[in-house]
Order: sequence, then structure tokens, then C-alpha cells
Amino acid sequence: MTQTFVEIGRTMDKGSRRTRMAGAVGDLWDDTNWIVRIAALLGLVLLVLAIFAPVLAPYDPVAQSLLSRLGPPLGIEGAKAGHWLGTDELGRDILSRSLYGLRLTLGVAFLGAVIGMLIGGTLGLAAGLLRGLVDDLVMGLVDIQIAVPFTLIALLAVAILGGDLQVLVVVLGIAYWEQYARITRGEVLRLREMPFIEAAQASGASGTRIALKHVLPNLMSPLVVIFTVNISNIVLLESTLSFLGLGLRPPTATLGSMVGMGRDYMPSAPWIVATPAILILLITFVIQMLGDWLRDRTDVRLRDR
Amino acid sequence: MLGYALTRIVRMAITILVIVTGVFFATRLSGNAVDFIAGEGLGADDRAKLIAYYGLDSSLWEQYRRYLYSFADGNFGISFIERRPVSTIVMERIGPSLQLLFGAIALTLIVAVPAGIVAAIHRKSWIGSAVTSMAFLGYAIPNFILAILLILTLSFWLGWLPSSGSGTWAHFVMPLIALSAALIASLTRFTRNAMLDVLSQDYLRTARAKGLPERTVIFKHALRNALITILSVLGLQIAGLAAAGNVVVESIFDWHGIGEMLVSAALRRDYPVLQFGVLSVAVAVILINTIVDMAYAAADPRVRLSNA
Repeated sequence: MTQTFVEIGRTMDKGSRRTRMAGAVGDLWDDTNWIVRIAALLGLVLLVLAIFAPVLAPYDPVAQSLLSRLGPPLGIEGAKAGHWLGTDELGRDILSRSLYGLRLTLGVAFLGAVIGMLIGGTLGLAAGLLRGLVDDLVMGLVDIQIAVPFTLIALLAVAILGGDLQVLVVVLGIAYWEQYARITRGEVLRLREMPFIEAAQASGASGTRIALKHVLPNLMSPLVVIFTVNISNIVLLESTLSFLGLGLRPPTATLGSMVGMGRDYMPSAPWIVATPAILILLITFVIQMLGDWLRDRTDVRLRDR
Repeated sequence: MLGYALTRIVRMAITILVIVTGVFFATRLSGNAVDFIAGEGLGADDRAKLIAYYGLDSSLWEQYRRYLYSFADGNFGISFIERRPVSTIVMERIGPSLQLLFGAIALTLIVAVPAGIVAAIHRKSWIGSAVTSMAFLGYAIPNFILAILLILTLSFWLGWLPSSGSGTWAHFVMPLIALSAALIASLTRFTRNAMLDVLSQDYLRTARAKGLPERTVIFKHALRNALITILSVLGLQIAGLAAAGNVVVESIFDWHGIGEMLVSAALRRDYPVLQFGVLSVAVAVILINTIVDMAYAAADPRVRLSNA
């Protein structure tokens, strides 16, 4: 999307800020709050599973056992004892691998989103506060970032720099920085005109103080919304790269690379891809749902409909 | 309008130059590419020969200069793996990718625009909710998982369609669905929102107050106005989404287009192919976006006034 379509409408309402982003979502979920509650609950479960993966996983995620290769999940004939969700082509326990994969997928996505927010937030803040050349430069970079499909850049970067954890996190971090930059800059430009900033200036507050004490806190709610939506985009990007074999080097597995590796065994052992695929679906579903809900909450125009 | 067009074209030129430069220096970051292709037992003599063969012996600036020239004479280097000019390889891949792309655009328009209109008109009833939910699901499902689900059901369980390859129409079905799903979902949402925007305008109330039949109001007054936005979004979104989608879908279904080429080049570190492929797709996307943007500005004066 280019700027042409991205209009940021703003309304002040009872002292809270409400931001509208283009590509608005239906009001369906507003009425059906229980779906949002289920999503939140699911999200919590996924988080707990990810955090406590080392405690919960019954096996070492990379330990191979050729005797128990390709065992189906419990309840299906031929299941290997102790492997609830079956084993993969090297006899590794799918439950354990999925838990660790979930942990890595979410961890990498969270770090990536934080990096994106730091880069985008800083540049957006600088652009909005300093204006002039800095503004032009930052917005020029934003334009370029929007113009090129990031998957291409990611392909190039990972192919050149290799499948290290650091490379992956940085690539994911710069994938969506421009969203933070745009929103931050827009909000800063709006806030600059507010009476309370004028009052701070009149009472002699320094530029840094105004930026940190008066502007930054007011940016939090729009940034939180983007951060949430962002995590699901990053999970998708990471899963796609890993699926294609361009993520971390084996045997370390994220959910995406588990699906990618298990693809060859689909006809005979579909359970290898089933668990990680379902987990990816759940993550994107939960985050999109919560993100949409957050966005609707903070959007006057949508809620009026 | 002229001013707006000029601004857009200058911005486009700058963007392309930055990307061309960025890609060049990125591919030089990783050390000498010859060491990746030649493997271990390469003698110093042969190594020097190979480096000269691929033109990697000159200074970085000299290489950059020659690289820029290559856009004039069309010599973009030789594939490390296939030992053929990369321009030839890319040309072969364009056809299959376009097939898939045009198919996806057609399918998206046919499904998404009516679905979006229905969702907007019946937004208070279950029909609207159903369409919105479907669109939500279509958007939330990653295309590689959708592709895998399709292969699992339609190929392995039901045996209706071949799981990969190209040639017959049957090979076309699953890639098309996998590529279109996200586009359809996103355009349905846009159509719905564009229609809702238009439907709440004053002139729509006037049209109804005049006593026009609802059908005329929807199709003549609302849809025509919403269509400009819808088509521009299609142009802008499709270029980006399709470029990303193609990469995944073509690799899964072994469809020999640009996307599959990019992934295998990335996996095999075939930098000349990767570099030229990324550039071609990026430039194509930027060109399409600029054209769509300008067409949109031409159709809707509000855009160029607020942006020029």
C-alpha cells in the first residue's frame, strides 16, 4: 500500500486517542465478544506452552531414535508408547519438537516485533519532531520499504547471510518497521499542535523532555495495536521462510521448518505436519483476532457503523 | 495532474536506484561468491580464473559501474549453477508466472467483488457475517498451509488432482486456489469497506429519497464510485501479495515460474539469478504500483490534491 491510501483519521474522544488505519475490518467481532475471549484464552495457553516448553516436553526435541521412526499419534494403530503425537522420520518426538518450535517461533517473532518497533518508533519520532530533511529521508525510506515486497528482500538476505538466529531476527525486525514509523510520525505531527504541548513549551520544557514525557506516552496505544497485528505477520513471514528451507539450520526447528521438512512424508505420515501446521494456524488466528478487536476498540469510525 | 505524475515518476526512479544499489552491495557482502560455487579442492590458479570469468576481479566500484551498465546492454551475468545467461533463465520463467497471476486476478475479481457487495448490503444479517468470517479465515490461513491442506485432501486422499508439476489444466487448480485465497479475502474486505463508505454518503441518501430502485442505487450509484478504490487496491495489493505468494505457491507445486526460480536460487546460492530475479520482480511491482497510483489520481482528483 502506498501512502495514497493510507489515511489516518483521528478523533478526540474523552481524552483518549483513537487511531484509524486503512484496511479496516468488519464489525462482526464487536458483537461476538465470546470469540475474542476464546482467542485471548487460546493465546494465553499458547504462551504458557511456549514459556514452559523445556518443562513440558517429554523428550529432547532433537534426540533421534531410529527404532521409533514414523510412529503415528496415540490411538492410531502402530503408535509408539510415550509419543503422544507420534514421531517423525528420524524418530524424534513430535510433541516435544512442536513445543520447542512454538517457543522459538513466538520468541523470534516477539524479538523481531520489538526491533521493528524500536527502529520504526525512533525514526518516526525523529521525523515528526525534527521535520525537514530528516522527515524527507525517513519518509523516503518508508516509501521504498512499502514499494518492494519484503519476501524478496528476506530471501536475498537469508541466502546471503545464512541461517543464523541473529540474521533471522534482524530480517524479521526490519520487515515491518515502516508501519511503526508512519503511525508514530503521524501521531507526533498531530500531537505537536495540541494545547498541552504548547503549555509544556511555554513553561520551558526542553525538546527531549517534551518528546519523552509528553509525546511518547501518548503514542503507546496506537503502537500496541500495530505491535499485536505485527506479531502475526512476522510469524507468517518466519514460517514461510523456514518452510522454504531458508530459516534456521536443522536440527533446530521452528514450526514453519517442521511443516517444510515433514512435507515429503505427507502421504504416509501426515501427523508430522499436522501439529506444527495447526499451531501456526492457531497463532495467526488468535493474534489476528485480538489485533482486529484492539483496532476496532480504538477506532471510532468503525464502531459507529 | 502533470505535477503529480512527475513527482510519482521521480519517486519511482529514486526507489528503483536505491534497490538496484542495495541489491548489488548486499550480494557482495558475503565475501567472494566463487568460494560458494567451487567447493573445497580449488587450486589458486583456477580460483583466479573463475574470479576473472565472473568479473569479480575488478574493484568494487568498477564492478558497480559495470553492473549499472548491464541494464543498458542487457548482460546481467551468468548463472553459477546452470552456466547460462540469467536474462534467458528469467525470460523462460515469466510466462508460467503470468499464467498463474492472471488466473488469480480473474478468480479474485469474480469472487471478491460480489462477495464484498453482498457483505456490505447484508452486513446486519447472517449472510454478511458469514462472508466476513470467511474473508477473515482466508486471510488468517498462511498460503503454504492452505496449499498443504489442498494437496492432502485433493491429491492424497481423494486423488482428484496431481500434487505438483504443470502441463494440464488439472495442475493449474490447486496453485490457483492457494495463490488467490489471500487476495480474495483481502479484496472482499476492501470491497465491503469501500461499499460501506460510499453507502453512508449523502448522495446515496438523495438517490434513495428520489425513489430510485435499490438495485440502481447499489450498482449505479454506489458500486461505480466504490469501484475506483476497489480496482486501485487490487492493483496495489495484488502486485505485492502476488509476488510474495508466487514464491511460496510455485515452490510447493513445483511450478516453474519466477517464484520457484528465486527460492531455488536462494537455496543454491546462485547469486546472479537471485540478484536479477529479485530486481525484475521488485521493478515490476514498483512500475505497477506507480501506474495504478497515477491512474487512481487521474480518476479521483482528491488524491492528487492531497498528495502532490
